[in-house]
Amino acid sequence: MAEVVRTSGGATAELKKKSLIPYFLLAPGLLWLALFFVAPIITLVGTATKTQGAGIGEFIQTYRWANYWDALTGASAQFGRSFLYAFIATLLALAIAYPLAYGIAFKSGKYKNILLVLVVAPFFCSFILRTIAWKQILGQNGPVFRTLVDLHLISSTTHITASVPAVIIGLAYNFLPFMTLPLYGSLERIDPRVLEASGDLYANAFTTFRRVTVPLSMPGVVAGTLLTFIPAAGDYVNAEILGNPSTKMIGNVINAQFLNTQDYPTAAALSFILMIAISIMVMIYVRKAGTEELV
Amino acid sequence: MPDASTSAKGDLKLLNLTKSFGDFKAVDDLTLTIPEGSFFALLGPSGCGKTTTLRMIAGLEDPTSGKISIGTTDITDKRPYQRPVNTVFQNYALFPHLTIFENIAFGLRRRGVKDVKAQVDKVLNLVELPHLADRKPTQLSGGQQQRIAVARAIVNRPALLLLDEPLGALDLKLRRQMQIELKWIQTEVGLTFVHVTHDQEEAMTMADTIAVMNEGRIEQMGTPAELYDNPKTAFVANFLGQSNLIQGTIIDADGDFHVVDLYGQKVKVLKARSHSKNNSVLYAIRPEKLRIDNDGHTRPGNTFKGGHIVDVSYIGVSTQYQVEMPWGQEIMVFEQNDDGVPPLDKGDEVTLTWEPAFSFALDGSQDVNAGSEVNPEEE
Amino acid sequence: MKVLTRWFSRNLIRIYMVLGFTYLFIPVAYTFAFSFNDYIKSNLVWRGFTWNNWKQPCGVLDVCPALGNSIKIGLLATFIATILGTLIAFALGRYAFRGRAVTNTLIFLPMASPELVLGASLLTIFLNLGMNLGFWTIVIAHVMFCISFVVVTVKARIASLDPRLEQAAMDLYANERETFRRVTFPLVAPGIAGAALLAFSLSFDDFIITNFNSGTTITFPLYVYTHAERGLPAQANVIGSAMFFLALIIVVLGQVVSAKRKVGTK
Repeated sequence: MAEVVRTSGGATAELKKKSLIPYFLLAPGLLWLALFFVAPIITLVGTATKTQGAGIGEFIQTYRWANYWDALTGASAQFGRSFLYAFIATLLALAIAYPLAYGIAFKSGKYKNILLVLVVAPFFCSFILRTIAWKQILGQNGPVFRTLVDLHLISSTTHITASVPAVIIGLAYNFLPFMTLPLYGSLERIDPRVLEASGDLYANAFTTFRRVTVPLSMPGVVAGTLLTFIPAAGDYVNAEILGNPSTKMIGNVINAQFLNTQDYPTAAALSFILMIAISIMVMIYVRKAGTEELV
Repeated sequence: MPDASTSAKGDLKLLNLTKSFGDFKAVDDLTLTIPEGSFFALLGPSGCGKTTTLRMIAGLEDPTSGKISIGTTDITDKRPYQRPVNTVFQNYALFPHLTIFENIAFGLRRRGVKDVKAQVDKVLNLVELPHLADRKPTQLSGGQQQRIAVARAIVNRPALLLLDEPLGALDLKLRRQMQIELKWIQTEVGLTFVHVTHDQEEAMTMADTIAVMNEGRIEQMGTPAELYDNPKTAFVANFLGQSNLIQGTIIDADGDFHVVDLYGQKVKVLKARSHSKNNSVLYAIRPEKLRIDNDGHTRPGNTFKGGHIVDVSYIGVSTQYQVEMPWGQEIMVFEQNDDGVPPLDKGDEVTLTWEPAFSFALDGSQDVNAGSEVNPEEE
Repeated sequence: MKVLTRWFSRNLIRIYMVLGFTYLFIPVAYTFAFSFNDYIKSNLVWRGFTWNNWKQPCGVLDVCPALGNSIKIGLLATFIATILGTLIAFALGRYAFRGRAVTNTLIFLPMASPELVLGASLLTIFLNLGMNLGFWTIVIAHVMFCISFVVVTVKARIASLDPRLEQAAMDLYANERETFRRVTFPLVAPGIAGAALLAFSLSFDDFIITNFNSGTTITFPLYVYTHAERGLPAQANVIGSAMFFLALIIVVLGQVVSAKRKVGTK
């Protein structure tokens, strides 16, 4: 690509050499991914069809494909909950992140870079620590709970934590930077003159936002919602720390079956179903969003 | 919704318009009337305040003080979308996510116009690009995008069309062609066009009236011919074309003429073309008004003797000479190559002659180089 | 009243931004504040200010070994992933070759898969192979999910390079090797540094994948998670806050340096 043109003699030799270099560059990294990403996924599919052997944690390959169906029906509630929570959390994150990204892109002048760093900065403080911090802030001894009780908005016997809203708030919080950065990226690329042109052509601020800004930021919206939805659907930490037994998500089930009950086939089947379900949803979503004709 | 076609109509009036950015006055107490239906150009180097003026008219910038009105309607405090004004933006600012049709329909739809399709088709025909309606802006060439930007603005039949360096992104040949086309469109639709540019040739080709701006003020306003033929300041004399400006003193009168002493040589200038308040003047003569001879031959009119050619550039239609005068100043001479005589040589001693009526005189306190150090092509 | 609503609508975005950033930083501020809590056993209720936790960050059993593991794993995984990822990025950014689409898919998929699936599938293969879970299986897992992020970051930097710079270098008598060493690499280096920083922070903060493949090895996030039930010592808050400020300083310094360089070249 960036190679200079060479005289006839050296050209063929150069081309041959050039055709091998990229494979040398790719080999070690792709080998790593093949061994520790592709192979494990394939193993996962195989493990899912095994059945219980003699002892705990011992399984024999019997190609029992019905395991998939059993796993799915056994955990359908948690699947549904996972996708519902992830969906709501994604919308919530979008609602919080869009104005934030918009403000950074258009209204912050020379502070742009500093604000961008601040968006990512909470990431530098451990994910688990921050989730626990939420639990304590929203908990019985925390400031939010006591304020709400003092204002008589809630009774002192209710809980903010160990509830569905707490799990969703936690999920939305955790993946907020994943939402904000792509949004910022696509908003920042919009030529401000296009927005001026819209105002010049009789669109007020709201119409300009709806007809010009939003359509032009769609690539960022698609990327941001995917980057939030996918990890949120597979998360179990927020449900574990901020939820209660009836808020268990699919991640909690898979985690428990792998690490506690050691029912590897069911856990593997659930993992694989989760991955396929997410892939299908993503494909449908991208195709739908694609009809808007992204720039 | 404002209806651009019926609301304000009439002349555009700027009254004591000022825009400051901190201590810097981008536009300084500007008062100006642009008659309805005219093609008006704001011409000046970058940073002269022309674009800021345009943006204030469009409503994209708030004036620090002053008033803007169209006819009898004051639009100073109106939002951009409430003004019967449309802009052809620099680099066009076409909406990349919309088709050409939807780009043009954008303003009509916002105003709730009924027959969108008919109007868009009509204006697409006007700019001769009806076959591109379903394309996206990125699929168009620069010249096509430019025409669509014009179409998108004029389809709204605004009282005023603003053009912000509309041809800046095009190459020279296309620019020439578009200049003629824009002028034609303006006559065709009969709207008031206000055109901002740093390109004097572009302004002179298209505009009925040109206002030359410098440091936030208008230096001089008039038809292209008036401005070129009889500039009133050194800035205008240098910015529009080239001028030889020579320091001198009015020493006498002779009928309609002043007699001016230039380093001991006596020349004449019409009193009507002399713009100095006192006797100190910059005597000015355009390079193409000078005749050059190396054989001692004298023609009627004013003469300079004893110059030496220091540089010769053969341009084809003309030859440009740099002539060093006895007092050290270099004078520029453009000689039409219409006589089949080969150009004169470097080092030749020459006599310069000109018709006194062609010269003009400016106030002597100005900088001889005002308006010529700025590179007008720089943005 | 009208003035007030006008001010409000003009500054709506700013007000919103302040709220947004407050939301982002509440847990960080809480964590930092409670690192000074004079706690007994569980760090839940504010009992008074003390410097003790900062003076003795290792004053609690297991917390510093866990931190040590996290740092060791983070450095090792970053080192390997940065090299492997950078090589792939150069292949993708500078060469035309068959199998490009497959490579791009292979890079994209780990980023698009839930961490849970990545962790679970790795665990399955480690179990099937009968490997002992621990330090090295964590490193393997971390390298796996960091590679993609390194590739994407470095590739973006390579794509933003003007190819004419390399052509100019060759025009000025530099051969491929010299061109790479004197022009290409120095220009891509900031991207590689950024990718390494990203890889380290991903590795350091990872919980889900690590939890599946850690065996008995404890990293800092695992320590925090397992101690959350019984009450977390404030030392965890100290370490979390310290890492936060350290990372912030590194990023801000990086920005200052690159800004200075830009000014310098003008």
